[in-house]
Amino acid sequence: MSSVRDPRPETYGLMAEFPTPDALIAAAHQVHKAGYQKVDAYTPYPIEAVSEALDLPRSKVPLIVLIGGLLGGLGGYSLQYWSQLLVYPMNIGGRPFHSWPAFIVPTFECTILGAALSAVIGMILINGLPQPYHPVFNVPRFALASRDRYFLVIEAADPKFHADATRRFLTGLNASEVSDIEH
Amino acid sequence: MATLEKLPPPPPKPAEVPIVAPGHTPGTVTDKISDVILRRETPKWWLLGFTVAFALLMVFLASVTWLFAKGVGVWGVNWPVGWGFAIINFVWWIGIGHAGTLISAILLLFRQGWRTSINRFAEAMTLFAVACAGMFPVLHLGRPWLFYWLLPYPNTMNLWPQFRSPLIWDVFAVSTYATVSAVFWYIGLVPDLATLRDSAKNKVARVLYGMGSLGWRGSARHWHNYETAYLLLAGLSTPLVLSVHTVVSFDFSIGIIPGWHATIFPPYFVAGAIYAGFAMVLLLAIPLRVAFGWKDFITIRHLENMGKVMLATGLIVFYGYIMELFFAWYSANTYERYMAWNRVTGPYSAYWLALIFCNGLTPQALWFRKVRTSPIGLFIVSLIVSVGMWLERFVIVVTSLTRDFLPASWGPYKGTIWDWGTFIGTMGLFLTLFFLFIRILPAISIFEMRTIVPGGEAGDEITEVV
Repeated sequence: MSSVRDPRPETYGLMAEFPTPDALIAAAHQVHKAGYQKVDAYTPYPIEAVSEALDLPRSKVPLIVLIGGLLGGLGGYSLQYWSQLLVYPMNIGGRPFHSWPAFIVPTFECTILGAALSAVIGMILINGLPQPYHPVFNVPRFALASRDRYFLVIEAADPKFHADATRRFLTGLNASEVSDIEH
Repeated sequence: MATLEKLPPPPPKPAEVPIVAPGHTPGTVTDKISDVILRRETPKWWLLGFTVAFALLMVFLASVTWLFAKGVGVWGVNWPVGWGFAIINFVWWIGIGHAGTLISAILLLFRQGWRTSINRFAEAMTLFAVACAGMFPVLHLGRPWLFYWLLPYPNTMNLWPQFRSPLIWDVFAVSTYATVSAVFWYIGLVPDLATLRDSAKNKVARVLYGMGSLGWRGSARHWHNYETAYLLLAGLSTPLVLSVHTVVSFDFSIGIIPGWHATIFPPYFVAGAIYAGFAMVLLLAIPLRVAFGWKDFITIRHLENMGKVMLATGLIVFYGYIMELFFAWYSANTYERYMAWNRVTGPYSAYWLALIFCNGLTPQALWFRKVRTSPIGLFIVSLIVSVGMWLERFVIVVTSLTRDFLPASWGPYKGTIWDWGTFIGTMGLFLTLFFLFIRILPAISIFEMRTIVPGGEAGDEITEVV
């Protein structure tokens, strides 16, 4: 070890593997209690108890969807108002130019479209996807994270992280395997 | 309390039958679903089916080529029936799509765990059905290459669409529906594409599935946002799907033609859409579960539940037929009364009678548990219902347009061979897309299946609740 500390830790972190979701949930509680912050769990399907154990902040997706929906709706109505009243007024059977009941359907559809697209794009962007490379993929057994194994990762960048102590800590949580994650 | 104690214990409810056959774990469901794509040879039935589907797609190509060369005159449309097969087939296909969204969104919100093993291919069915539906209005334009004139965009002619027209509402409803269905389907696929990426042996497959998976790694933070977004999409798709067939029904009910100008149209169309859609889901699910050996996942309980939905929506549709006749009489309007009488006894009465047989009488067989739990019985009922739903649109469109108000403007209607070629051709398009889909993508949602088997965290809980 050099005396000058490399600003980047030698490894990305430590990965603990668990055979059952219950073991992972219990471990996630312990890790959170021990004060680790740069922690993530990897599961083959969504497990609410894991998010709770890691005390994840509320998702920002609903706010984005609300904004997207409002913009979609306002945009749809404005488009109709502008085109049917201001730039291309057409007299259709003597109906008023501002025939708002007829504008409801496109406004509704634009609201849904705006909200749905912002849900999808917002979720993808908040999650930092698409991200083809991530250090966790360097652990060969991580391929099972998309099948039937459950993983917990503590990043080396965590202030509490210590290569040996953290490894001992994770092994003590009934992890079936603890591996280093290369960058 | 005392009286309660005397009661005999209630019989076990059929709902307590597990939704997945016992003995499965997250690992086995993953293998069973992904193996048919990654490990097995292309089956013979697939090649055969794909060949037939592709041949039908070529019928579509030929019909459309002839249409482009000659114009819409090759179809049977003329005055007074200007819509004909194009609108009949459009409504038929778009209706079929509705079941996919119902299963993926509405049943998700109602926490119906059994939807899990059928939602993926039902959503695919929606997408492909909407693609087929979209063909007809565009081909019917006469100059289909100018279809983008329907969209509001700044143009050198300074023209804007007429937003008071239900036809423009249709453009907005159907294109929104297609877009939202596509992203909903894709988002559901992302974690499964990651599974395929991780288990594929073939390098090209790994790269392609990897690109599709966006680098998904199953992080708890990602799942957290994913679940929120998925639930919100379900919540948004629910009113959307109800709006789409409502707007389709506005194409008729905003008009003043006898038989079309009715307030019953929106609910009756939506029910008919779900009815036809579940028939199509059954037509696809019954062969699929046998061909892929997925009887453990798509169980008799799934088929029975779908049979029940068909029975319920079928009764609503039948009620709609009765109410149409009742209100024609009750309105005391000469034209409405004549329209109803003409439907039942006029030149197209055979279509109406066949419609009542297919959509009104046949589904009554679903009252019997024996029929609901028999794959062959359900398959036959679904086939008849699919024909019936086509006849329904035929009767609505043709009887009203051929004889509206003035006998001087009456005229007969008949589809030509090119009408039939285009219609059968879209079935080829639908089946071709579906065969490709089941060969290269998981037709059952793998990650959602993991949540409902024991060993999955929520597994035991959900099996009990459902």
